[in-house]
Amino acid sequence: MIAYTLQRLCYVVLVIWVMSVLIFGITQLLPGNVAYSILGQFATDRQIAEVEQLLGLHDPWYQQYGRWLMHLLEGDFGRSIVMQRAAGPLILEAFSRSALLAGIAITLVALIGIWLGTHSATHRGKLSDRLLTLLQYFFIAVPEFFWAILAIILFSAWLGWLPATGYAPIAESGLWRWAAHLLLPVMTLVLGLIAHVSRLTRSSMLEALRSTYVLTARAKGLPERLVLRRHALPNALMPAITVLAVDVGILIGGVVVVETVFAYPGLGRLLIYAIEHRDLPLLQAGMMVVTAVYALANLVADLLYAWVNPRIRYRASVA
Amino acid sequence: MSIAVASPGRRLPANLTIGATLVALFIVLALLGPLIAPYPFDQFNVRERLSAPNLAHWLGTDEFGRDVLSRILAGAPYSLLMGFGASAISLALGVPLGLVAAYYRGIGGELIMRGVDVMISVPPILLGLLILAITEPSLWKTIVAVGLVYVPIMTRVTRSVALGLLGEEFVEAGRARGESAFYILFGEILPNAWPPIIVETSLRVTFAILLGSALSFLGLGAQPPMSEWGLMIAESRPFIEQAPWIGLAPGVVLCILLISVNLLGEGLREALDPTFSARYGK
Repeated sequence: MIAYTLQRLCYVVLVIWVMSVLIFGITQLLPGNVAYSILGQFATDRQIAEVEQLLGLHDPWYQQYGRWLMHLLEGDFGRSIVMQRAAGPLILEAFSRSALLAGIAITLVALIGIWLGTHSATHRGKLSDRLLTLLQYFFIAVPEFFWAILAIILFSAWLGWLPATGYAPIAESGLWRWAAHLLLPVMTLVLGLIAHVSRLTRSSMLEALRSTYVLTARAKGLPERLVLRRHALPNALMPAITVLAVDVGILIGGVVVVETVFAYPGLGRLLIYAIEHRDLPLLQAGMMVVTAVYALANLVADLLYAWVNPRIRYRASVA
Repeated sequence: MSIAVASPGRRLPANLTIGATLVALFIVLALLGPLIAPYPFDQFNVRERLSAPNLAHWLGTDEFGRDVLSRILAGAPYSLLMGFGASAISLALGVPLGLVAAYYRGIGGELIMRGVDVMISVPPILLGLLILAITEPSLWKTIVAVGLVYVPIMTRVTRSVALGLLGEEFVEAGRARGESAFYILFGEILPNAWPPIIVETSLRVTFAILLGSALSFLGLGAQPPMSEWGLMIAESRPFIEQAPWIGLAPGVVLCILLISVNLLGEGLREALDPTFSARYGK
């Protein structure tokens, strides 16, 4: 297990490094002069030349890349050109809000998705199973941004129950207003993913229920509740873990969309802001943070999978 | 493209029939769009702006008085192009890469597969944003970006299928005849590898439409005055309270398209993957 953990950890470092090259390389192609963006339209040529010298924009790209990477490793995320502030604190603040949103969402997806999937599998062919299967079909196909529009029309325009946009810090606005601002974004994020996870849990659970070990467990007279909890569910959960890891990727995309629709000041909205305003340092740093988070989420999923699955736990050489 | 979908006596799965019919309907609508649309998609009519659905405008008008139904019809080709165009790109690049990676299992194949592993470990939206960040947004760039995002997964699927086929006797026979690597890969393995690749592609079409319309919604795809559905939904946001139909109509049509493509994909999987019906107990 230790060898396996180390192997996956090396892999995470590799992924982050490759992405750092990609992110730096591609954003270097962005049109527009950084010095010009910093100084504004009234800068003289001499001022621009000075700033370019100061930022080392004339150095070869590998020197610029090396400097950027070293700063990142030291925790220096550079400065946002448009906002004229250090990018680190900006990103940290935005990230904590996004993490709150994504954390609540993925927890709900895992709990509700697995519960519904198990329910469907154990009630196969009954009315509730058929209804759930039909709903899954429908819910998977609806894009997040359309859920968001529907939610705003229903809950804030017509019913007037919840605020359509924004974020209310819990310290200033109190628990209720804070939660009210989170409710619609979270709901929009989880609907499609719950359908996805529950559908997969259903099929892997059905497979587990047909297996010989469940037959054995039933044959030795174990109560059905224990057959499910001790024998079927742990095996059915393995594919669910993999899917949850994939879903974190979809979730990150969803978070970008949902934050934009609901004007929620998180990392996704910051990225879109950076792209729209050609704010290079902010964009690079923000993308690196997203890459790292996703790579770590995948690492956690891999380790969790290995921990649940003894075939990997005891044989570290699995690639 | 003709595939031996079912042996005689075996019925086609219902979702395949329904999905294929609906997708065909969308294609017909996309082709006939300009002919059957009641108005030009970009015709302004200030006097009738934001009017609710009525007899003259079945789905109402938007903030410039443009007919929503006509705009939806004009947008159908974009969404189809997004789904099928992007999938075609990922097929065109991913399938050859996967075949090569399966055949040359030395350093070359290893390099391709490690590259694929790394690219799959990056969230799709980030790859899309990265590609779109460097240029002025436009629809075809979004299609290319979405296509590139799904190359790695296509490579992986193709390789795993090809690896299985490489051990078959007809490949051995080809080798013994002294056929070239190119002929073995594209003449012998590829024709036998299609079913799983087609199933994977049909899944990709749905994801491509979803990702593409989401990028357009974010302003990183089609640009105004284009009537792409994701963009239309984004543009409807300021009028969401007084004129919800501007956003609802393209959204509902988009959902119907996605469900149709999904049905088609599921149907193809049931028809082409013999282990599927056994595994999922249908």
